[in-house]
Amino acid sequence: MSPSWLDRLSGGLARTREQLGDRIAELVGRGPEVGEGFWDGLEETLIAADMGAGPASAITAALKSRSRREDLPDAAAVEVALVDLIAAQMPVHPDPLAESPLTVLFVGINGTGKTTSVGKIAAEAAGAGRNVVIGSADTYRAAAIEQLRVWADRASVPIVERERGADPASVVFDTLAVARENGSDLVLVDTAGRLHNSADLMQELAKVQRVARAQSVFPVKSLLVIDATTGQNGIAQARAFHDALELDGIILTKLDGTARGGIAVAIATQLGLPIVRIGVGESLEDLRPFDATEFARALILGR
Amino acid sequence: MFENLSQRLQDVFGKLTGKGRLSEADIDAAMREVRVALLEADVNFLVVKDFVARVRERALGTDVLRSMTPGQTVIKIVLDELTSLMGAGESKLAFSGRFPNVIMLVGLQGSGKTTAAAKLANLLRKQGRRPLMVACDVYRPAAIDQLESLGRELGIPVYRGVEGADPVDIAKAGVKAAVADMRDTVIVDTAGRLHVDETMMGEAALIRDAVRPDQVLMVIDAMTGQDAVTAATAFAERVDFDGVIVTKLDGDSRGGAALSVRAVTGKPIKFIGVGEKLDALEPFHPDRMAQRILGMGDMVSLIERAQSTVAAEDAAELEKKLRSSELTLDDFLQQLQQVRKMGSLKDVLGMIPGMGAAQRAQVANADVDEKALDRTQAIIQSMSAQERRKPALINGHRRVRIARGSGTSVQEVNRLLEQFAQMKKMMKQMGKMKGKGRGMPQMPF
Ligand SMILES: Nc1nc2c(ncn2[C@@H]2O[C@H](COP(=O)(O)OP(=O)(O)OP(=O)(O)O)[C@@H](O)[C@H]2O)c(=O)[nH]1
Ligand SMILES: [Mg+2]
Repeated sequence: MSPSWLDRLSGGLARTREQLGDRIAELVGRGPEVGEGFWDGLEETLIAADMGAGPASAITAALKSRSRREDLPDAAAVEVALVDLIAAQMPVHPDPLAESPLTVLFVGINGTGKTTSVGKIAAEAAGAGRNVVIGSADTYRAAAIEQLRVWADRASVPIVERERGADPASVVFDTLAVARENGSDLVLVDTAGRLHNSADLMQELAKVQRVARAQSVFPVKSLLVIDATTGQNGIAQARAFHDALELDGIILTKLDGTARGGIAVAIATQLGLPIVRIGVGESLEDLRPFDATEFARALILGR
Repeated sequence: MFENLSQRLQDVFGKLTGKGRLSEADIDAAMREVRVALLEADVNFLVVKDFVARVRERALGTDVLRSMTPGQTVIKIVLDELTSLMGAGESKLAFSGRFPNVIMLVGLQGSGKTTAAAKLANLLRKQGRRPLMVACDVYRPAAIDQLESLGRELGIPVYRGVEGADPVDIAKAGVKAAVADMRDTVIVDTAGRLHVDETMMGEAALIRDAVRPDQVLMVIDAMTGQDAVTAATAFAERVDFDGVIVTKLDGDSRGGAALSVRAVTGKPIKFIGVGEKLDALEPFHPDRMAQRILGMGDMVSLIERAQSTVAAEDAAELEKKLRSSELTLDDFLQQLQQVRKMGSLKDVLGMIPGMGAAQRAQVANADVDEKALDRTQAIIQSMSAQERRKPALINGHRRVRIARGSGTSVQEVNRLLEQFAQMKKMMKQMGKMKGKGRGMPQMPF
């Protein structure tokens, strides 16, 4: 590989880090005549945020035509318009976690942050005075139970578990029994990470959900945990989990890195699912409610 | 959702048939499709930009403009360039004569380092080495237990430091433990860390300096999007890794992140993870990865074989006929002969893009009877030119004659005619769907 190719690329990377704000200032500086360069730059920024090539070009086109019609006066106006455009796409729903009593299944592919999110949400809910119990239905991965046990401890909530290799549905059965005894109003169930294209494992998950529904009068909700670094495959993931479970929302993790999580916009928009919480770190308190405008701003401007 | 590139190019160039030569603008239209295909595969947009510029240059400089099958020619160029960008040949781990050899794994949270450590230990043991794993992830709850449990499953020892020990000290002590236990290979599993976390990146560099690994491997999730290069660039700067393990390739992501990381950091991909089981680690093949990114089967070999056996014009003409309903038994005979020139039918079917895993398995199991092909050929050759053009003419009498002439039975002739009629119907439908159709029509042989 020639060094010039590498140089050019790393130069380009440095430019991506450049804030869009500069580009907008550039646009305004040039007066009403907006060059193609600006719009290309905008489209690239959206692609770099993992919004997807299609949505990126659609949003750019929409903003472009709006800028002609409304003659957006200054950088702030362009920025606000763009943020609004993205934020307005996100479906608005009441917080599904606010419901009580409630059973929640945490699902997703391997390593997205399911177990950590269960711990964080347990702490949030217990802090708000709810009676929480956690079920460890990841009976597959090595030390998954031990990991969740630590989180239950940190959040000071009880955990229900079985031995590794046990039927995950049976753990849910046990957990709901304990919830009844304890008078719990929130049951959080961690499940094993699984690839969405594995039909067997998706069926297993559907069975877990069926058992949860059959064993409890609590409504059962399923949240998809998605890693913010995920690329375009996130849509296939979300579709497959939605097909198997009828999801109720998304938890978007690892937003403390440099990935912008644009795929979540595509998923939320296409499947009509709310983003319920965002993960911004590895500690108990690194969980935030989702704010569409704030998220859209971070998506295009960085943090 | 993800159409593969060959379908897209077919659409682009399909509009051009009858126009004769292609223009530069036609190539530009094709390049736009190439760009979108790569972006949808999560190839970094800067890599895409440069890549498309290079492919365009090559396409204009070659015979694409004159080609009868411009779509295939463009794909061939794209595949060649992608493959070379991904690095030549399969890359093996280089071991030094040092005792013990140390391999250190680094990466973002949740990328699959711990599982990869165990898989790698398992693979290296199969190659005759005596590995020991060192658990340096003191942060994620039960990460050490996880590695220990995997080690137990494999019967490979795991070194864990004392409670509360620092990862740098654990790594150092782990190497000492390996020496004491006559272990020639040490695999150091480290905590997942964000590339923007200064403290944690500093720690990774300290571990590296403490054990001076022969190989540092970065573990990257195949599902990663545009940010993969940002993370990899930071890891390259701070810890300077030597190669990459791409995980979760048993999923259906196109895996463009792998290509991007290779392109930007210049570090080769060494292994790919293709399952949760501990033997699901495979050597990396650049050509297969290139095809995966474009969503294709083994297109290169298919195109290469087609190029060497079928005159381009014949192929284009035949394709046009296949898509319309003009297909005659003559065309069919010609197609059959060409396909057979390319190799066994089973091979050829297996290489056709757009076939799902299930269909592939079906083809693999289907014992295509080459003798039956001879008989099909004989039946058609026993028909008159008029009959081949208009199979409706073939009544009972003619069927008896054809069966006798070809040394087959009337039933066989009947079956062939029936299947041919069915195939024609399906081809017509596929023509209407324009490339959307996935399933292979049942061939009458
Ligand atoms: N930086 C950061 N790391 C996170 C976040 N959420 C989870 N992680 C880390 O990501 C890694 C994987 O998290 P887990 O909670 O084990 O993920 P999981 O989905 O349960 O994984 P499996 O059960 O193995 O499929 C761990 O190292 C977590 O500490 C987040 O919001 N930010
Ligand atoms: Mg987990």
